[in-house]
Amino acid sequence: MATELMAAETRPKRAIRWHVGVFLAPAVLVYTAFMILPLFGTLQLSLFRNIEQSQVFVGLGNFRTLFGDPNWSVNFWNALRNNVWFFIIHMLVQNPIGVLLAALLSSPRLRFTAFYRTAIFVPTILSFVIVGFAWKLILSPIWGVAPHLMDFVGLKSFFTPWLGKEHYALTALSLVSVWQFVGIPMMLIYAALLSIPDEVIEAAECDGVTGMAQFWKIKLPLILPSIGIISILTFVGNFNAFDLIYTAQGALAGPNYSTDILGTFLYRAFFGFQLQVGDPNMGATIATIMFLIILAGVCVYLFLVQTRLRRYQF
Amino acid sequence: MKTKLLTALLLGTSILGTTGMALAEDVTLNIESWRGDDLTIWKDKLIPAFEAKNPGIKVVFAPSAPTEYDAALGAKLAAGSAGDLITCRPFDKSLELFKKGNLADLSSLPGMENFSPVAKAAWQTDDGKSSFCVPMASVIHGFIYNKDAFDKLGIKVPQTRDEFFAALDKIKADGTYIPMAMGTKDLWEAATMGYQNIGPNYWKGEEGRQALIKGEQKLTDKDWVAPYEELAKWKPYLGDGFEAQTYPDSQNLFTLGRAAIYPAGSWEIGLFNTQAQFKMGAFPPPVEKAGDTCYISDHTDIGMGLNAASKHAEEAKKFLSWVASPDFATIYANALPGFFSLNSSPVKMEDPLAQEFVSWRGKCKSTIRSTYQILSRGTPNLENETWVESANVINGTDTPEAAAKKLQDGLDSWYKPAK
Repeated sequence: MATELMAAETRPKRAIRWHVGVFLAPAVLVYTAFMILPLFGTLQLSLFRNIEQSQVFVGLGNFRTLFGDPNWSVNFWNALRNNVWFFIIHMLVQNPIGVLLAALLSSPRLRFTAFYRTAIFVPTILSFVIVGFAWKLILSPIWGVAPHLMDFVGLKSFFTPWLGKEHYALTALSLVSVWQFVGIPMMLIYAALLSIPDEVIEAAECDGVTGMAQFWKIKLPLILPSIGIISILTFVGNFNAFDLIYTAQGALAGPNYSTDILGTFLYRAFFGFQLQVGDPNMGATIATIMFLIILAGVCVYLFLVQTRLRRYQF
Repeated sequence: MKTKLLTALLLGTSILGTTGMALAEDVTLNIESWRGDDLTIWKDKLIPAFEAKNPGIKVVFAPSAPTEYDAALGAKLAAGSAGDLITCRPFDKSLELFKKGNLADLSSLPGMENFSPVAKAAWQTDDGKSSFCVPMASVIHGFIYNKDAFDKLGIKVPQTRDEFFAALDKIKADGTYIPMAMGTKDLWEAATMGYQNIGPNYWKGEEGRQALIKGEQKLTDKDWVAPYEELAKWKPYLGDGFEAQTYPDSQNLFTLGRAAIYPAGSWEIGLFNTQAQFKMGAFPPPVEKAGDTCYISDHTDIGMGLNAASKHAEEAKKFLSWVASPDFATIYANALPGFFSLNSSPVKMEDPLAQEFVSWRGKCKSTIRSTYQILSRGTPNLENETWVESANVINGTDTPEAAAKKLQDGLDSWYKPAK
């Protein structure tokens, strides 16, 4: 009897918890207004076409044009290829260097870590415009410091106007981007390395695992989840990239479209350039494809990679 | 004193953005423009000159930023808040406004007879029947050279192509100067100062341009490939690392006196006059044999139209007729050396370099850039592709024939000339 009463008392009608909704509302509203609605607006725009000053529904017509009409598809595949190369350079150069720097920074014997950490991270917070113009000047064959510096060490003959050569421009710009953003993987990995408890390291040392072996066998497996996160951030960032190419090479992404990535291709289609009149519908089509590429990449990561990563709880 | 007070007042009103404040009964006309640089010229010279002759009409010049102009104007026109007078971009952007009914037909405006058909072509319907903007100014292409350098090396101003290349060889052999200041990094220099500069001599100006639009000539024809062949020959005369040389780099190389010849547009005159410490001269694109007819690119760049929804259409038309008059042309051309009036009556200019440029109109035939009218409406965009291919030809990554074929194939894919 008493227990029944108690049970009835402890299970009163749950009050609607208004505060949850109230606290969530600002974020949800802002996010919906500025992210979700425009996203659906873009998707919708890609299904229409402007025919004689009015928007006409054409289904997947724009996508057929994008992939079927060589005037669009050649540029699209070129941009996608360049974008993949841009991403590969980041994965092969930026992230290993980021891990290496983090490993060095977390070494207890290194002095001035705070200074190095800050110095390496500073470019990340610089504006793209500054980075683009600064590197354009550094690499300029006329006023740049690069030819002189290379002259000092006897490498002058290796200098070419990289940003003006079809074969080198994209790689050069990728490396500039790496220079700018290497601070982010460094910071994330550094944080991950610091969070490894000393007991684990000490236990490893007792078992005779030290030096490089310790890094490969103990630390690396423990920071793999962070490396996964960095990879996906790099992927999303690279396939959305636009600013650096635009400031350094202009909207036509010269020479001969060799630095054209999806972002600049989208820009030209959407806003137009010089005499080219902007076509918001085709622009939205390209934006949709970019969205799908990024979505696919993120899904692959979430469902295939992340579920297999082993996490360790301390 | 009175005009000063008036301009101060007018400036005040324009800053406050309150346009209806003009004094009793006076009609106020607002000018939409992207030429913020010209604000003082309008305020101090042009508008007072007009107002002195037309009491009762006040004019306010209200520019917006060049990159925002088209979008801002479109929004204002849609909302009905745009100014009475609209500065017109050449060709399709203005044509689109006319087709939407935003610009009034000005074919019968008094003063339009002062302009040649080529001058009006930038603001006409494709059939040439209605005009919708008064042509204001054009820019002329040619070569600006360092007179001191030419004198020192004993080079005469080249008339023919052979003399031109001989001069370049001589400058190169001497080694003091970079023969020619041009880069391919920004692409458009190669197309605008290169291809469109020397091209009209090959395709015979208007004749070739019209034939291209009618489909009687192709970009793969000899006359259209030949300019690319000449461009390809420029490569050895450009500075070290020209592939990464930008437009401001080229300007600086020339004004610092490090380069001898600058493939130019006349809009450079104002800047070069203030920056260069040496004497400058100019010559038109060299012809094949001495005595050949020369052709120059005299490209229509800026015009002014009437907002079809203007409440003061009569007064605005009065203003436009004045813009079409020699009076306006004289003030404008002298205030902005390098932007030449399109008026048929000759304009007296003070600047010697500008005089040199404009004197070519007398001896050469004028045309406009070949890619601007009609041919850049589709995808791929002929103008943009011309930028890319011109740079490729100079860089040596495409042969002239391959470049021409790519352009023609791109054009063929969407452009079907009316037969």
